[in-house]
Amino acid sequence: MSAKPIRVLVAKPGLDGHDRGAKVIAQALRDAGMEVIYTGLRQTPEQIVEAALQEDVQVVALSSLSGAHMHLFPQVVEGLRRQKADDILVLGGGVIPDEDIPLLKEAGIAEIFGPGTLTRDVINFIREKVGA
Amino acid sequence: MFDREKLDRLAAVDREYRERLAGQSKKHPERQESFVTDAGIEIQPLYTPLDVAEWDYERDLGFPGSYPYTRGVQPNMYRGRLWTMRQYAGFGTAEETNERFRYLLEQGQTGLSVAFDLPTQIGYDSDHPLSRGEVGKVGVAIDSLADMETLFAGIPLDKVSTSMTINSPAAILLAMYIAVAEKQGVAPDKLKGTIQNDILKEYIARGTYIFPPGPSMRLITDIFAYCAREIPQWNTISISGYHIREAGSTAVQEVAFTLADGIAYVQAAIDAGLAVDDFAPRLSFFFNAHLNFFEEIAKFRAARRLWARIMKERFGAKNPKSLMLRFHTQTAGCTLTAQQPDVNIMRVAFQALSAVLGGTQSLHTNSRDEALALPGAHSVLIALRTQQVIGYEIGVTDTVDPLGGSYFIESLTDEIEKRAQAYIEKIDELGGAPEAIEFMQREIQQSAYRYQQDIESGRKVVIGVNKFQMEEEKPRDLLKVDPAVGERQAAKLAALRAQRDNDRVRAVLDRIRREAAGTGNLMPLFIEAVKAYATLGEICDVLREVFGEYRQQIVF
Repeated sequence: MSAKPIRVLVAKPGLDGHDRGAKVIAQALRDAGMEVIYTGLRQTPEQIVEAALQEDVQVVALSSLSGAHMHLFPQVVEGLRRQKADDILVLGGGVIPDEDIPLLKEAGIAEIFGPGTLTRDVINFIREKVGA
Repeated sequence: MFDREKLDRLAAVDREYRERLAGQSKKHPERQESFVTDAGIEIQPLYTPLDVAEWDYERDLGFPGSYPYTRGVQPNMYRGRLWTMRQYAGFGTAEETNERFRYLLEQGQTGLSVAFDLPTQIGYDSDHPLSRGEVGKVGVAIDSLADMETLFAGIPLDKVSTSMTINSPAAILLAMYIAVAEKQGVAPDKLKGTIQNDILKEYIARGTYIFPPGPSMRLITDIFAYCAREIPQWNTISISGYHIREAGSTAVQEVAFTLADGIAYVQAAIDAGLAVDDFAPRLSFFFNAHLNFFEEIAKFRAARRLWARIMKERFGAKNPKSLMLRFHTQTAGCTLTAQQPDVNIMRVAFQALSAVLGGTQSLHTNSRDEALALPGAHSVLIALRTQQVIGYEIGVTDTVDPLGGSYFIESLTDEIEKRAQAYIEKIDELGGAPEAIEFMQREIQQSAYRYQQDIESGRKVVIGVNKFQMEEEKPRDLLKVDPAVGERQAAKLAALRAQRDNDRVRAVLDRIRREAAGTGNLMPLFIEAVKAYATLGEICDVLREVFGEYRQQIVF
């Protein structure tokens, strides 16, 4: 473990109101010693990029259950890239059909965590990638 | 209810039984340290008359169709008429959803339930920048009366009842429904159905709010008042625990927070000058049917009894219909797994059975593939057939409240009512539901987190997720919404704006702006506006100007 805790932005892009998963993940990451900021609902990709920079996070965890992930997730990655912040790890979760996963990964989403995911798997993934 | 002497004798036998139980536990220890319901109510190995010794049959149960309605709202329940089989459906354009509606009606479904897409629910037209990627995804896209006409084409609105899951802009969608009916030649007093119209649970758990609480409550009481006069058979609100439960609450919290919201609506309407018995008969409710079978049955019964007592004692309602908690049920979407999705068929069947044993008035059964995508037509058919098996094949509809009198069910019913009552008192202390939104959110969040921890520790078994996992082929042929639906809706909007009388639209929008700033009932103006083909987004924009927008407090 490094001295400084990992900082994570949990974000809800789009109009989707399902935030149970996002909040459970946020709380689990916090209990695992990370510093977690939750954006609340209805964030545009631009707002999420801005929050990620302002909060100086290493990880952005996106959640969408409305089917708009193909439109919204890649925009967050692109926005971070434009701001030269593409070292930030971007994760996705929600109801995401299998066939979309390779496309999202190609777009720069590091991993997709679907229904039934155990929070410890997310925690381990982040620790491994961000190298705490 | 019970003879004191007999109870004393029974207590002695019960002690002996518990001693034998302890002896046997040494040989065959219990599988778990304790047995608890999802709400944390500890379950005993056995229930006897001792558990309901204080029971007064007439006071606590009574007869179906009579106060306190514990056993049901109708004297004969399903011996007369089965519940309405009402599958929530909607995706893509109005054309596609109309086709799905007709398919479901042909298959014996008895009512419609409209799912709107998120832009519609949040009052944005399909061509709004925030609508991009969301159009037609979680429901059908409705921008104007033209879409609504298509949605119900060929479906006689005097023959079906229609439920619409719409909240913040409920008044406007209801106005469209009334206008479509008029075009079909159906008078408003013939219309049957429900609008969800429950803004408090949007703030608490569901998230499709637009305006702040004050103006939102005014829109709701405008609807109550208008419908009482014009569409007397319409359910003006569906006070919803479903989404509170989906967000992670327990069964007790679901009852408590829903009824606390109900209390707030009744109070708001009384404060707006309505007489309780003029609007209360048209209030309806919406609950979740989750996995813990007996707790769910008890929950429905407890909710019915508690609401009857609240309406009678707190609000002095006199009309029996004001005291009856009539409810729709949907099986718990959050219990569906992406792993081994066919297993979901069984989960849904048990959940649906609990709703029927709890006396539901209408029911939606989820489809097996909903943790993966929108349900395909075949999955929806299995879900509907599940209801039909319960209704027609297994005999549970032959008598009223078949589990009434079960020591366990009655004891659980009492316990849920007691615990929910304690929550309602706490919410009253905080100033009522609108003031207690963050309190409720925190309570729900804690329950959701505990539930997840129980899954991760294995205390709670989820087949396919933490037990009996297996390698499996990923299902194919999931329903996918055509990504071009957004463009199609945008094109329709452009054509509409070119064809309609824009002066007429502007004039009625101006009148809405003025009236919204005042205190008059907005319903008649909404009807005029939709008939002029003002779009949902245009009307909501005017209301946003006057009312402002709700800003969420982030609680986690």
